[in-house]
Amino acid sequence: MPDLLIELFSEEIPARMQARAAEELKKRMTDGLVEAGLTYSGAAAFHTPRRLTLTVHGLLAESPMVREERKGPRVDAPEKAIEGFLRGAGLSRDQLEERDEKKGRVFYAVIEKSGRPAAGIVAEELEKIIRTFPWPKSMRWGAGSLRWVRPLHSILCVLSDEEGAAVVPLDIDGITAGDSTEGHRFMAPGRFSVRDFESYQTELKRRFVVLDAAERADAIWQEASNQAFASGLELVEDKGLLAEVAGLVEWPVVLMGEIGAEFLELPPEVLQTSMKEHQKFFSVKNPKTGRIERFVTVANRETKDNGATILAGNQKVLSARLSDAKFFWENDLRIAKQEKMQPWRDQLANVTFHAKLGSQAERIDRIAALAAEIAPALGADAELAAEAARIAKADLSSEMVYEFPELQGLMGRYYAEAAGFAPAVAAACEEHYSPLGPTDGVPEAKVSATVALADKLDTLTGFWAIDEKPTGSKDPFALRRAALGVIRILLEHKSVLPLQATFVKCHGLSEDVAADLLSFFHDRLKVHLRDEGVRHDVIDACLAMPGNDDLVSVVARARALSEVLGTEDGANLVQGFKRANNILTKEEEKDGVAYEFGADPKFAEAQEEVALFNALEAAKPKLDAANKAEDFASAMTTLATLRAPIDAFFEAVQVNTDNEVVRRNRLNLLSTIRSTVLQVADLTRIEA
Amino acid sequence: MSETRIEKPRSFQEIILRLQAYWAAKGCAVMQPYDMEVGAGTFHPATTLRSLGSKPWAAAYVQPSRRPTDGRYGENPNRLQHYYQYQVLIKPSPPDLQALYLGSLEAIGIDMELHDIRFVEDDWESPTLGAWGLGWEVWCDGMEVSQFTYFQQVGGHDCHPVSGELTYGLERLAMYVLGIDHVMDMPYNDPQAPIALKYGDVFRQTEQEYSRWNFDVANTEVLLKHFEEAEAECEAILAQEHEDPKTGRRIVMAHPAYDQCIKASHLFNLLDARGVISVTERQAYIGRVRALAKKCADAFVQTEAGGWTPESAA
Repeated sequence: MPDLLIELFSEEIPARMQARAAEELKKRMTDGLVEAGLTYSGAAAFHTPRRLTLTVHGLLAESPMVREERKGPRVDAPEKAIEGFLRGAGLSRDQLEERDEKKGRVFYAVIEKSGRPAAGIVAEELEKIIRTFPWPKSMRWGAGSLRWVRPLHSILCVLSDEEGAAVVPLDIDGITAGDSTEGHRFMAPGRFSVRDFESYQTELKRRFVVLDAAERADAIWQEASNQAFASGLELVEDKGLLAEVAGLVEWPVVLMGEIGAEFLELPPEVLQTSMKEHQKFFSVKNPKTGRIERFVTVANRETKDNGATILAGNQKVLSARLSDAKFFWENDLRIAKQEKMQPWRDQLANVTFHAKLGSQAERIDRIAALAAEIAPALGADAELAAEAARIAKADLSSEMVYEFPELQGLMGRYYAEAAGFAPAVAAACEEHYSPLGPTDGVPEAKVSATVALADKLDTLTGFWAIDEKPTGSKDPFALRRAALGVIRILLEHKSVLPLQATFVKCHGLSEDVAADLLSFFHDRLKVHLRDEGVRHDVIDACLAMPGNDDLVSVVARARALSEVLGTEDGANLVQGFKRANNILTKEEEKDGVAYEFGADPKFAEAQEEVALFNALEAAKPKLDAANKAEDFASAMTTLATLRAPIDAFFEAVQVNTDNEVVRRNRLNLLSTIRSTVLQVADLTRIEA
Repeated sequence: MSETRIEKPRSFQEIILRLQAYWAAKGCAVMQPYDMEVGAGTFHPATTLRSLGSKPWAAAYVQPSRRPTDGRYGENPNRLQHYYQYQVLIKPSPPDLQALYLGSLEAIGIDMELHDIRFVEDDWESPTLGAWGLGWEVWCDGMEVSQFTYFQQVGGHDCHPVSGELTYGLERLAMYVLGIDHVMDMPYNDPQAPIALKYGDVFRQTEQEYSRWNFDVANTEVLLKHFEEAEAECEAILAQEHEDPKTGRRIVMAHPAYDQCIKASHLFNLLDARGVISVTERQAYIGRVRALAKKCADAFVQTEAGGWTPESAA
């Protein structure tokens, strides 16, 4: 059984694309082989900056012969039909078999396709894969028309078994497949030949190429941790950076360097971001102080001065970068301290938020007004919330945030602190962007939560006002995320904030548009609660109730209903309610009357009728009290107590009797059941 | 890789001279800077226009480049509003372009045995030129020393064949090679010369003068007017008939039109530095310059240098 080795050797492949590309190569090649009848026992793909490699072992040497029988027309069929059949089968008349069947004598074509050697199949598949490879971005080069992620230089394609190894003949746009490749660009230039995957991997390592990215990443992590540990320091974990760096080198050499003392006063986040974004350095921190004191860089080669030149160069670049950062930091701090961030806020008047929604400054004014208005709902100080809203986005004009947009908010906090704003205001600068996603927490501080809420509400109502709503998978302004953020803030802070009334105060939203936005919130709420295990029909039953723009109340009701439905009484109550409702609806339709007059116990005939009447009477004050207090759990429990009398009633009593007075009285009793239940939740929406 | 150690260069100008000699030896036409204000070496018609069409091309040149917003009054160790780029453009891109490039680093004294050279993904896009390409920024010990790009599209035209473009930021590269921390301290000519000049002796004052003018003094109304005029002139040139009524010859004026496009682009940069262009307007201005660049590209491929022949037209 032969083994197959393929290497596609190119100029440097972007780190972020390598792993996916190696997997694609494996998937497409093995799928293609199997499709062509070549099974195999195992396959693995590898990637370095300059190569994608695939090894397939235990491959069939040739595809099995395929025998196919095709039934044709009857032998006495018209000549045209027979000719057509021959054309389709690719045979001549004398090659057909004749067989007797029930309906007469019939032609059969027996087509045998002999097996094909693996080499031919591999060549065909590989060419197809290279010509249609799904790179996120691909390019042409020179005068050719082939596309690859960067210029493709050579193709290694070898089939090997105990007998020996053979190159798979293949030529794509002048690149002829062979059995050779190159080692490390600088440490071992020049081509060498291999016979199989084993010799390939060994020879590569001798030529300073570690083929396996996981092995490179492990080596980097180990060595970097060791070096940090030896200095009493700690490497700051960063898996994304580790994977990226492992994709930038074939022969990782870890070097640790010092950060100049003049930069150690910079906020650790600034150091870390600058080093990571610009230099792809790891941060090394002092576990006692939490300060970042050193960096780790990963070179792609060994040198005779043990990396001294490389490290010195990197250090110098870092100093230049950090000088910039320090310059920004000091300038920004000056503006924060001396001018209370005012020039930044002024500049936001020149920054357009959205062509139809005005400038950032206008937006901030709106958010501040809204924050003051909704602050009581969150138990926040209105004045403080408005001040926080006015400051929270000032850092967008700072030099540091211009340089590192991902530091927005965090820098705002540092600068607001330096400017002497109240701690709650400074915290809001950082926290008002939260929650950014499902894993990001809701701000606990009340002022932060208020600004976060006002910010998101302004965004949502604004985009609704200009009719830029999310459609399908398109949500360019992340409005779904904003709505979910509002929902989570309101729920976690248990804030009673009627949304409909709030919406119409923003951007002059009409009641209709506000209602549309509210239904968008309801959809988001359903998704949110579904993730928590609350059924959608339960939510529908609660959303059908008045006051459904108070999400805290909707959710409390839904939780209580969900709970009571989990009990036997609750589940049966739904059945009883539905039965009552069905009979009532039918009879009301028939009679053209709404039975809402209230039942009179004096017309009760059966004991169960009286019992139900009494139970409903007894439940009424309790339900009223519970509803008034929004104590949905107690309301639900009270409802559940009706289950037994309702069941007993239906067991014993026939609603539609001949005595019209008794019948109407019973229908009025059913109506009381319905109105009682509907005070708590719309159980008609609960699915069986 | 070379066995003989190459002697370290001693000055900024020596690095430029070595690059000129190296690329001349590799067969490039060594050209002179374009005589207009541009933001980068790519704007030189020897790159922008010559990367279009089917005719082979190989050029190398220094291009003084201006980025008004980068002015720091000569105080920042690395930032200048006027600096030099070294630009190489070869069409079609040769298969050994990476090796040729590495050779140029050796030529200016970077010892491959001691340094860590890396090709880090960096796709290039020029919204003002309607151009993009794939390639890398080249790092030497973590320092970006060049931009390496395979042009895919210029002025909205697919590049066939593809040009390979190399751009060296000369000050930064030279500072690294010479071991200088502040650009103004860098020897401009030989430090042993009777009149030894540092970069600061040549450029500190101009950095100050231009920083002040760029940021605070340039008359934005005049700049805006010039912008409109350049735009109008570019359109007017391109609206002319291909056949010159005076000589009777076919003369498509791609280059004069492109000059106006370059002018508009630089005026936009000046306006930007004056802070009078809002975020939304920005996109609109860039779009206007791009529209000019595209029209110039359309015109250039109608010229002989752009691959036009009477046969292809027929």
